[in-house]
Amino acid sequence: MADSLIDLSGVGMTYQAASGPVEALAGISLEVGQGEFVSLVGPSGCGKSTLLRIVAGLRPATVGTVTVGGRTVAQPIPDIGMVFQAPILLKWRSILDNVLLPAELAGKEKRAYWARAHELLEMAGLHGFAEKLPRELSGGMQQRASLCRALLLDPPLLLMDEPFGALDAMTRDDMALELLRIWGERDLARDQRKTVLFVTHSIGEAVFLSDRVVVMSPRPGRIAADLRIDLPRPRTVELRASEAFGQLSLEIFRTLTGRAVGATGAA
Amino acid sequence: MKIQASIRQYWPTAALFVALIAIWQLAVSLTGIREYLLPAPLSVWNAMWDGEITWAQHLWVTSWEIVGAFFMAAIVGVALGVAIAWSPLLANALVPFLVFVNTLPKVAVAPLFLIWMGYGIFPNMLMGALIGFFPVVINTAVGLSQVEADMLDLGRVFHAPKWKIFVKIRIPNALPYILSALKITATAAVVGAIVGEFVASQKGLGYVIVTTQSSMNTGVAFAALVWISIVGLVLYGLVVVLAHLWAPWAEGVD
Repeated sequence: MADSLIDLSGVGMTYQAASGPVEALAGISLEVGQGEFVSLVGPSGCGKSTLLRIVAGLRPATVGTVTVGGRTVAQPIPDIGMVFQAPILLKWRSILDNVLLPAELAGKEKRAYWARAHELLEMAGLHGFAEKLPRELSGGMQQRASLCRALLLDPPLLLMDEPFGALDAMTRDDMALELLRIWGERDLARDQRKTVLFVTHSIGEAVFLSDRVVVMSPRPGRIAADLRIDLPRPRTVELRASEAFGQLSLEIFRTLTGRAVGATGAA
Repeated sequence: MKIQASIRQYWPTAALFVALIAIWQLAVSLTGIREYLLPAPLSVWNAMWDGEITWAQHLWVTSWEIVGAFFMAAIVGVALGVAIAWSPLLANALVPFLVFVNTLPKVAVAPLFLIWMGYGIFPNMLMGALIGFFPVVINTAVGLSQVEADMLDLGRVFHAPKWKIFVKIRIPNALPYILSALKITATAAVVGAIVGEFVASQKGLGYVIVTTQSSMNTGVAFAALVWISIVGLVLYGLVVVLAHLWAPWAEGVD
C-alpha cells in the first residue's frame, strides 16, 4: 500500500518476567493505510495493547522496525491521540480543562485551542458540561470527553485501547456510532479521516467499526488473520442484523477459537 | 435547607454532650465527691474565666506553639515527600532514616530539647512538628505517585517535562492525601506542644496543668484541658475547611 501511515515489519517484543523472558509479540508485519479504521482483536494477553504502545513509541519493540508517517518510531511520537479503557480524566479539572490538557503538556498556548475544545465538546454532545467536574458525568460521557481530549491537537492517528470496554452494552453500541460520526464517516473523504488503530475484545464492535479486522493469536501474539470488512458505510444499526455482518463475525470467531467450519454448535 | 440538614446531622452530638455534662454535674452534687478529685462542670467553667490565672497569655503561648508546630510539620513533611517522589535515589537515602526517626518515642526526646535549646516556645514547636510530620511525608509521597500509568503515558506522548507532570498532575493529585495527613498533624501538634510544656516551660496551658499537681487545683487542670481542646478543635476545623476549599473533588470522611 503506497499511502500507508503505519508500517510494522517483523515486530517482536520480549520482556523479562520473574520467571524468565516472555515473548509477548512475534513476527508482526502490518500496514495501515491513511484514513483506515483497523481493529485488533484477540484473546486476553495476546499483546494487542502492547502493540498499540509500540506504535505510539511508548514501549520499544525488541526486534523489527516500526514507522509512522515514514519516520522510524524510536521514542513517543506526539502526532497521536490516545484513548484508554478508563477515561483517566483529571478529577480536579473541569471537562474543558481536561480536553485542553494535551495542549498544556505539549507546551502549546492553551488559549489557542479554546475554540477547538468547545467545538469538539459540541460535537460529542457535551457542550453543556464544559465547566463540570468529571465526577458529575456518566461513564459514557467521561469517555466521550477523553475522546475529545485525544482529538484536541488534531492528530492524524488515533490509538484506542479498548475504549468502550468498561461501558455497559447499550452505551457501548451508542458510542460506536458516535465514534464513526466523529471520525467523519458521513462527511469526510477517506483521505481526510484519521487513521484509527482500535483494540477490542468484542468481535461485533470490531466488525461494525472497521475497514479491516486483524485477528491475533494467543501469546506470543501473531497475526492469525487480516480480514477486509467490505460492509457499506455509513454503518447503521440495521447492519448488525445483516447476513454479511454475521458471516464476518463468525469467521473472526472461528479464527479466534480455532474451530473449523461447521464445528460451532457441535461442542 | 442547609441549616436544617446540619441540625439533623449534629443534634445527637449536641444532645449527648449536654446530657453528659448534666450527668456529671448531678453526680458531683449528689455524691459530694471532693473538688480536687473531680470538679463539677460549673467549677471548671468558673476556673476557665478565673482572673487569678492569666489564661490569655497561656493560651497565646500554647496556640503559637501548636500553629508553629503544624506549619513546620506541613512544610518539612511536604518537602520530604516531594523529594522522595521526585528521585529514587533520595527515596532510598531518606526513607529508612525517616522510619527510624518515626519509631523513636518522641516524648523521650523532649528532655534533650531542653538541654540543647533551653526553655521557650521554639523547642515545644519542634516537639509538635516532630510528632506530626511523618504522616505528611508518607501521604505526600503516596499521593504524588498514585497517578494512573496511562496518564503518565499521555505525558510521555507529548514529551512533557518532569516538572510539568509534577505541577499539573502529580501535585494536584496529592493534595487530598496531604490534606488528610494534615488533619492528623493538627492533632499531633497539640500533643507535641503540651508534652514540650510538661517537660520544660514557664508559660502555656501544659505548664498550667503541671502547676496544679502541687496545688491540687484540679478545676484549673480541667479548665486548661478544655482550653487545649478548643485550640485543637479550631485548628482541626480550619484544616477541614481548607480541604473543602482546595480539594472539593475529593470529599472524604472527616
